Amino acid sequence: MTDATTTGATAREEKLASANSRRARIMGGVLIALALLVLFTLDVAPGESATFRLTTPRDAVQIGDLVVPGGPFNMIAAALLAFLGVRQFLRGGARWTNISLGIGLAILVMAFLVWATAGKSFSLTGMLQATMVRAVPIALGGLAGVLSERVAVVNIAIEGMLLAGAFTGALVGSLLGGWVGMFAAIAVGGCFGLLLAALVVTYRMDQIIAGVVINLFVLGVTSYVSSQVFAEYRHLNNAPTFRSFKIPILGDIPVIGPMLFNQNLFVYGALILVAVSTYYLFHTKNGLRARAVGEHPRAADTLGIDVYKTRYFHVTLAGMVAGFGGAWFTLGSVGRFDENMTNGRGYIGLAAMIFGRWHPVGALSAALVFGFADSIQQKLALLNTPIPSEFLSMAPYIATIIVVAGLIGRSKPPAANGTPYTKE
Amino acid sequence: MDVELRGLTKRFGSVVANDHVDLQIRAGEVLGLLGENGAGKSTMMNMLSGLYSPDEGEILIDGKPVKFEGPGDGIEAGIGMVHQHFMLVPVMTVAENVVLGVEPTGRFGHLDIKKARAQVEEINQKYRLHVPPDELIEELPVGIQQRVEILKVLFRSADVLILDEPTAVLTPQEVHEFFGIVDTLKKAGKAIVFITHKLHEVLEISDRISVLRQGRITGEGDPKTLTEADLAEMMVGRPVSFTTAKEPAKPGRTMLEMSDVTMLDEADEMLLDHVSLTVRSGEVVGVAGVQGNGQTELVEAITGLERVASGKIVFDGDDITTASVRERHKMGMAHIPEDRHKSGMVDSFTVAENMVLNSYYSPYYSKGWAIDWQKVNETAARYCVEFDVRTPSVFLPGGALSGGNQQKMVVARELERETKLVVASQPTRGVDVGSIEYIHERLIASRDEGDGVLIVSSELDEIMGLSDRIYVMYDGKIVAEFDNTGGKADRNAVGLAMAGAHEGEAA
Amino acid sequence: MTDKRPDLKDVNERMRGLLARTTHGRDDFEDLVIVPVFAVIVALIFGALIMLATAVDLPTIGRSFVALAVGSVGSLSAWSETLTASIPLVLAGLGLGLGFRAGLFNIGAEGQLLMGGLAAVVAGFSLDFLPMVLHLPLTLLVGALVGALYAAIAGFLKATTGAHEVISTIMLNLISFRLLDWFLRQPFIQREGRSDPISKDVPPSAELPRILDFIDVNLRLHAGIFVMLAAVALVYWMLFRSKIGFAFRASGENPDAANYAGMKAAFIIVLAMGTAGALAGLAGATQVQGVLGRASPGFSAGIGFDAIAVALLGRSHPVGILFAGILFGALEAGGRQMQVDAGVSIDLIGIIQALIIIFIAAPLLVRSIFPWGFRKRRKGGEA
Repeated sequence: MTDATTTGATAREEKLASANSRRARIMGGVLIALALLVLFTLDVAPGESATFRLTTPRDAVQIGDLVVPGGPFNMIAAALLAFLGVRQFLRGGARWTNISLGIGLAILVMAFLVWATAGKSFSLTGMLQATMVRAVPIALGGLAGVLSERVAVVNIAIEGMLLAGAFTGALVGSLLGGWVGMFAAIAVGGCFGLLLAALVVTYRMDQIIAGVVINLFVLGVTSYVSSQVFAEYRHLNNAPTFRSFKIPILGDIPVIGPMLFNQNLFVYGALILVAVSTYYLFHTKNGLRARAVGEHPRAADTLGIDVYKTRYFHVTLAGMVAGFGGAWFTLGSVGRFDENMTNGRGYIGLAAMIFGRWHPVGALSAALVFGFADSIQQKLALLNTPIPSEFLSMAPYIATIIVVAGLIGRSKPPAANGTPYTKE
Repeated sequence: MDVELRGLTKRFGSVVANDHVDLQIRAGEVLGLLGENGAGKSTMMNMLSGLYSPDEGEILIDGKPVKFEGPGDGIEAGIGMVHQHFMLVPVMTVAENVVLGVEPTGRFGHLDIKKARAQVEEINQKYRLHVPPDELIEELPVGIQQRVEILKVLFRSADVLILDEPTAVLTPQEVHEFFGIVDTLKKAGKAIVFITHKLHEVLEISDRISVLRQGRITGEGDPKTLTEADLAEMMVGRPVSFTTAKEPAKPGRTMLEMSDVTMLDEADEMLLDHVSLTVRSGEVVGVAGVQGNGQTELVEAITGLERVASGKIVFDGDDITTASVRERHKMGMAHIPEDRHKSGMVDSFTVAENMVLNSYYSPYYSKGWAIDWQKVNETAARYCVEFDVRTPSVFLPGGALSGGNQQKMVVARELERETKLVVASQPTRGVDVGSIEYIHERLIASRDEGDGVLIVSSELDEIMGLSDRIYVMYDGKIVAEFDNTGGKADRNAVGLAMAGAHEGEAA
Repeated sequence: MTDKRPDLKDVNERMRGLLARTTHGRDDFEDLVIVPVFAVIVALIFGALIMLATAVDLPTIGRSFVALAVGSVGSLSAWSETLTASIPLVLAGLGLGLGFRAGLFNIGAEGQLLMGGLAAVVAGFSLDFLPMVLHLPLTLLVGALVGALYAAIAGFLKATTGAHEVISTIMLNLISFRLLDWFLRQPFIQREGRSDPISKDVPPSAELPRILDFIDVNLRLHAGIFVMLAAVALVYWMLFRSKIGFAFRASGENPDAANYAGMKAAFIIVLAMGTAGALAGLAGATQVQGVLGRASPGFSAGIGFDAIAVALLGRSHPVGILFAGILFGALEAGGRQMQVDAGVSIDLIGIIQALIIIFIAAPLLVRSIFPWGFRKRRKGGEA
């Protein structure tokens, strides 16, 4: 009889098939399929070029148009995709999967744009500017999600908060001017944050049900008022909008200038909020406490941190951010409220938060991707592509599903996310 | 600092959790507090930390009565608690965890992490805790995590340290090391309350011992004069034998054979590292090891809850490496899961429904596509009687039963059918002594009926007491095997193997 | 402890005790009856307050509540309208309730209903060579099947990748609106001679016949009500009697335990989503075959969202959903009357419905508003 037998000292050369390497293989296959797609579907007539305008005649600094020969470009794109795919398929390294997939998708988008623009011209800068603008409500929705999920409250109600912000902005803005409208939108957003916190923290309602119900409620109230009141008193739904203003010098940089430094209050606001909340969450005392509440509320509680108060505070804050984002729909854009005008942007914001790994900067970056999908469908409609407009307008939604399905990498939410906390 | 509890009483509805508890805690002394699950230990501690406020009685610190209003008040007054389940945020660093709640800050509430680190280092030096301040908690072994917990209360300048079941997650050798730290703290003038249900440990470390049963202090004494048997009787209220009576094993054919089984996690880390083991019919095989060394994964591999990456599992002659949970169940594998609340039962389901949780589909309970509830209920009632599950009705939600009865319900479901192999993971965790004895008897009975029994437990006493053969797991590997016929395995050698010592050292 | 086997008589005695049915406690009564009743009352009061806040005068508010009552239960035709409106609500609500029981928060009934309804229309006009006995049930079945497939997408995504069904079903809703618009412009589906998106008509042989037209030809209540009642019975049987229902409920209450018990999580998720989608698709089919006669953009009219409220109000219990669906059908029918008689927008009904769910889903809230309606909970029973 052996008193101690060691096992497991066998050599480790054997390759073990794991979930990751299988996923890497699948992604390799996907990339090869994309290459074939580019080669056969996005074929450009010989000799046609795509012209991308980078500046408008009125800009201070002029640079020439970007002219891309369509056929060769897409051939190269297909080749690159095929290379990435084959490499991924053969090597199957888990580490490179996400990077190859990211590069692959970027190439696909470029090839698609070249194909759609072939023989025509198209303002690239204009589209980037639109991308930034359309990313704003999604980024702010995502940021609101980050703030509340970091304290472990799942916030499906962002959609309703955006809608409430949009509505309040239009109503109060029409009566008392844009600035008051904006602050009112923030306040109303905050109220719904407070309501959500009360329902889930104090009354321990299921977080998802609470969120869905707030959305239904806001949708009901805003639709009711807009059909009952706005239809009759049109002046109540005619708010001034915030115009864009150029930041001197920076705004004159070609391409980047119009995108980042010649925008309205909401774009600047979103950028500043993302920076501030990143600092807050990761470099301050209260940020540390908030994250502790999201990861391990009981631990925070034993150290004298009030879990309930922390959740109330941050969910309310999230509501205010979403309220500001909601005001973008009216005060930052058309000045008029329409029924259900947010159209799922709040949910897309949540997807941006997931894609952005519960980090404000990540949420903003992801929002830019969605903003791009959102603006591309608008611009492409002008180019007369053979793709039906209905399908183009699905692009952001399909992108969202792809993101939540985690086809582009999976990340970990705060550990206590979604679970109510009961004091002992 | 001295603390005194006088007539402390706490009720929950009609249940009296603490009934006029008197206790003295003195500086420079270790008080051992003994009691089984549900004796009221945690209620008492929660009153000391300020989480609960007592219904009657008072807490005196250095002779002056104090009143705690919320959690945090206790630590404010200098009473620090080290919880059994660590109160640490896994994704944060040691320094961040230590300063949480009392952070050093600069302007705008900026977190001064440099200063935090320096403060951690200072205490590290003073008490020789050797904790790395910049590591993430999740990357540290449990032994070190526990020291972080101690550092946390010392950082808040606690003079009284309450240690709740601190040795549950440690190997015997780590326990030794841990007692060294306790000694250092004692010499530094701290008062220490050591809560446990392990008799030999409390005898070893305490200066004084108090025993709690059903909310009352039922005994006090000097460890020099008390024996384990005395303590056990005070704790349970009747004489207890901690060894389960059993005949020598009569091992028969091989029931379970695992050869070179490997399991990987999502990041391709080895969870099970070429594990091979056998269980024969008519023997109890114990798997010892400190929690988190692959035992959970071992059970998942055997029962089919997780896929294995390589290797082969044979169950009574059939290759079941890729068989589903249900197929293995049908073949006669019983599985008592390690955490009944998490996976062994559905709290809102009735006792009857829980009794057929994994056999509801069998032809015996079926009427076509429907379930024959009449049969289910009758069977459940029979099991309840058979296994002494105390419930007024089989229609009561399973969650309403006490922990011991819930566990007996799970055990009844698993053992009351034709089985060949019983896989029992932590079969007596969080269960009262009466139920522990009962469950142990039933497991031995299964063995004597010719089943193979595999017991996975982090309680070394349970493994030593029940097993005929013992495997030790460390870091996903089986590192040692011991023959325990007639209890002849060397406890110390098993302990060393649990700490990962190699062949030469263990022998 | 129990070494000695207790004698047979004693065992029988104890077994009889264990098998005795306990009567429902007062807590059950409170949860099942008092909370919903309070919820409805409070929601109506809030509705009145909102009308006040939007400058609706008191007499009008009074008139609107009268119209609400008269339009929902005040006459045979009101009852007919109420029940007609409740058919798709109950059907879709049953699907959602079944999903909730299995732990799936499916928001996608709206999209599933649209896709199912559209499929029923297409099957209706393209299979018009069949006799009614085949044509009608086959058309309903196609609607259910397509709804199931559409829902199964979200189920499949959750099962394989863990994508949360709330977000994916909402996105599928948004996608379904655009898909419908596109389909309605396809020459195969679009009505001849029209440029706007509208489908061809469902032929009479696929229509659900009106069942009260012998009294008055204008009574719209159709045979879909039998489909609805059959579905209630079927879902009840499925959830509480069948094996698969046991697995649904176990996975919903404790997925880890279900997994431990050998139930296949992925299979259950896809199957539960599929069943939910089938019921939503059936709701869409009864709507086009019994009421609308054709598909047009947004013909679901928010039924899929109202059904969420119905399922919650009915506590995910088939019988509860039946009553909740009839209540919501009444609100719908009464709301239309209210809009006509008092000039109050029917969107108010949406607010009332949302408020009802808030109070239902947070019984603690109702308890704190009406402390006298409830017996004090024992303290030991909590935490």
